[in-house]
Amino acid sequence: MPIQDLIGQEFPPFDLPVERGKIREFANAIGDDNPIYSDPAHAAKSAFGGILAPPTFVATKSFWRQGESVFELAGFDSHFRLHGEEEYEYFKPILAGDLLTCKSKITQAYERVGQRGGRMTFIVSEFTFYNQKGEKVLISRTTSIQTEGAVKP
Amino acid sequence: MEKKVLYLEDIREGDEAPPVVVANITRTHIVRYAGASGDFNPIHHDELYAIRGGNDRVFAMGMMTAGFLSHMITDWVGDGKLRKYRVRFARQVWPGDTITCKGKITRKYTEGGKNFMEAEVFAENQRGEKVITGSIVAEVLSKSAA
Repeated sequence: MPIQDLIGQEFPPFDLPVERGKIREFANAIGDDNPIYSDPAHAAKSAFGGILAPPTFVATKSFWRQGESVFELAGFDSHFRLHGEEEYEYFKPILAGDLLTCKSKITQAYERVGQRGGRMTFIVSEFTFYNQKGEKVLISRTTSIQTEGAVKP
Repeated sequence: MEKKVLYLEDIREGDEAPPVVVANITRTHIVRYAGASGDFNPIHHDELYAIRGGNDRVFAMGMMTAGFLSHMITDWVGDGKLRKYRVRFARQVWPGDTITCKGKITRKYTEGGKNFMEAEVFAENQRGEKVITGSIVAEVLSKSAA
C-alpha cells in the first residue's frame, strides 16, 4: 500500500480522564516541582481554581488510546522508528478532574531520502482534545519517522 | 513560591530565559518517565533490545526532554500562558548526559487585543550540541491592562 494512502485515516476516539495522581507523577518525571501540579490548596487559590496539567501531559494518552497505533498501521519496526517532531496548540487549561475526549487522524504521510538513515518515512498524526464541556482544549501533532537502519548520533 | 509575571513592557527581543539544568540523566529518569507517560518502547529501557537496533545503549524518549524544556518555559512565561509549543528532536539523549534548557525571545506583538511573545527554545547537552530545537508562542500581560 502506498504510504500516502494512510492520509485521512482516523483512529478510534478515546477518553482521557485527567487524574490528579497522574499529573503529580508526570510533573515529577519531568523534574517540575511547581505546586500548581501537586498542591491542591495552592492550586485552588490560583486563577485556574485547581490542579493544572503540564504542557506535554497529553503524552499520557498512550494509556488510553485504543486500536492500532500509527506504527502498526504503517508497519513501522520499533527498532528503527523515531519521534521527529511534536507540536501543541493550547486553547483552554486542562485541569485535574477533566474528562477529555480525543479525535485523531493521520494528516500527512510521505517518504524522503535522509542524510543518515537512508530512506525515511514520515507520518504526521493529529490529536484534538475536547473537555467535558465540549470545548476544544488542545491539538497535538506528532511526526513519526521510520528509518532503514539505526540513526547514528 | 510565587512566580514573577512577564509583562509586555518589560520584555524585549533577545531577552533570555533563566536556564533549567537537568544534571546526569540516569536510566532511572528514563524509567520514571516511561511509567508516567506510558511510553514503553523497549528501546528506552531494555539495553539488549536497544543494542540489537544498532544503538550503543538505551536512550531517553524525546518527550522526556521536551518535558524538561516545558519546565523551563512555564517557569519563564507563567502557568497557562503557552499558546503554541513546537519541538524538533535533533539528537538522542543518553544516560550520563547533562541537559540545559534555554530560551530567547524572538518577537513580541499584539493581536486581537492580546499580547504575545514568540521565543526560540532549545535543550543542549554537555557538549553544547542541541538535542531539541523548538519555538513557543505565549500570551503576556500588559501593565496597562493589569
